[in-house]
Amino acid sequence: MSSTPPAAPDPAAPWPGPFVRYDLVKELVIALAVIAGLAVVLTILFSSPDDPPVTIQSWSRADPADFVATSLTELAGTSEVAEYGPPYNHTPEATQKIGPLDLQSAGGVKIPIDTARDFVLDPLRSIPGSPRLQREVRRYEAAPAALRSAWIERYEAALEGARFPGALPSARFGPVAPMMAALLADAKSGGLDGVLLTGEHTFYQTNYTKPLLFLSGGEYFEGRAEGQHLLGTQWGMMNETGSYPGQVWLWLFTFWYQVEPFLESPNADALVFVVMAALSLAFICVPFIPGLRELPRHLRVYRLIWRDHYREVEG
Amino acid sequence: MNEGGTDLPPEEQQMWTTWVRERAVGALPPEKLLPDRQPSYVSSWIYVFGVAALASLVVVIASGMILGLKGPSWWHITGIGRFFNGIHLWAVELFFFTMVVHLWGKFFMAAWRGGRGRTWVSGAVVFLVAIGAAFTGYLSQQNFDSQWIASEGKDGLNSVGIGSFFNVADFGQMYTFHVILLPLAVSALIVWHILLVRRSGVVPPYAARAVAAAKAGGEGPPP
Repeated sequence: MSSTPPAAPDPAAPWPGPFVRYDLVKELVIALAVIAGLAVVLTILFSSPDDPPVTIQSWSRADPADFVATSLTELAGTSEVAEYGPPYNHTPEATQKIGPLDLQSAGGVKIPIDTARDFVLDPLRSIPGSPRLQREVRRYEAAPAALRSAWIERYEAALEGARFPGALPSARFGPVAPMMAALLADAKSGGLDGVLLTGEHTFYQTNYTKPLLFLSGGEYFEGRAEGQHLLGTQWGMMNETGSYPGQVWLWLFTFWYQVEPFLESPNADALVFVVMAALSLAFICVPFIPGLRELPRHLRVYRLIWRDHYREVEG
Repeated sequence: MNEGGTDLPPEEQQMWTTWVRERAVGALPPEKLLPDRQPSYVSSWIYVFGVAALASLVVVIASGMILGLKGPSWWHITGIGRFFNGIHLWAVELFFFTMVVHLWGKFFMAAWRGGRGRTWVSGAVVFLVAIGAAFTGYLSQQNFDSQWIASEGKDGLNSVGIGSFFNVADFGQMYTFHVILLPLAVSALIVWHILLVRRSGVVPPYAARAVAAAKAGGEGPPP
């Protein structure tokens, strides 16, 4: 071992120059104390965000017109979820593609959702002590598809001009009016939250797919996100409610959604995913990519990092 | 028994336990695993960020264990729970900050030189897996952030078929990933990363200016 550092050390060989005392354990303990102290100070100063979740009950009470309008699209099968494609349903031509590659379909329909049945008809059937409502539900199901669509369309049109939550009873809407009134009442009471979460033969619940998909179809849910700067066009997922840093490490992922060709592409999610997968792979493989692996030598930031060493060997 | 294990009786040399121990001690003897000396060039503040990231992870895991022990709803309804959730959140932010500075520092040093490619790879994978751990954490908060992130995040995952198996709206699945699977993966990868660092040592500087200039017409500085 030499007492002077070599001017051109071989990175693959043991260091032939001088060594200095370096207390790794002491460094770790001090770092632990500093980081823990910083976390405590930041917590005392800023705490953490905790905006209460939206429930079907709070949504239907705060914006009943939006709840009913969303429920109609779920019943008609015209909502975003109803026409989503895999993993929720088999809607044709709904998937995102990467050129000819359709990975969304390859994943399969593993979380089947029939919005009319799961979000409207089954919950209505579960309301006890309502023989009249059950007759209306059966009447709706027995009607031809064209008539069902006509009832829903008329009700949607009437809803747009109506002062909600005013009643809209009319024979023109068939059973749709009493069905929507019952669904809204069920939602306001909190019953729909429970029904959407309850599965067959289960007591404990952890899967919120149905209520969350239902909520996400309404303008109320999106409006609340917009107010918190959480929309995709507002750098979406990397933000969080309030003035907190959020997931800033997702900045590059979120960035692609703000620029063309991803901004307007119907395949934006799949394309961004592929771009990020390619960049992540390149990031992992930096040591093996010619050009990139030599970049630090040309950037010369290393001279700042090892300035003490170079000062010594270069005099 | 001697330390090198070369004169062990044949029946002991054939033991699997002996083989593993001899290989482990041979690759990383105690003085290499926990050295009290470093090469003279290890004298920059940039070296602090690796250990600071490790310290942040310790705080993340410790605060996460307290939150986990009390259950996922505890922090919403008690002041002390909210305090530990704050510690968890800010430790995560510090973990990513120190890890990113550490990564940039290692990039500018070209720390993969001299057969240290696997060290870079393990560190880069830690960063990516940690993003997954944080993402599932945000999904497990049981508040509006979780709802919105799940609502937005599902589209990206569904678009490439992952959503069929990794359902961001399934709290039970996300919570399991967040409190067990991904922390285990991050911790195991960091242990591997540190062992690789200890085994190969800290990458030395590029050749000094005079040497590099002299070699400019020839082979250039060491790769």
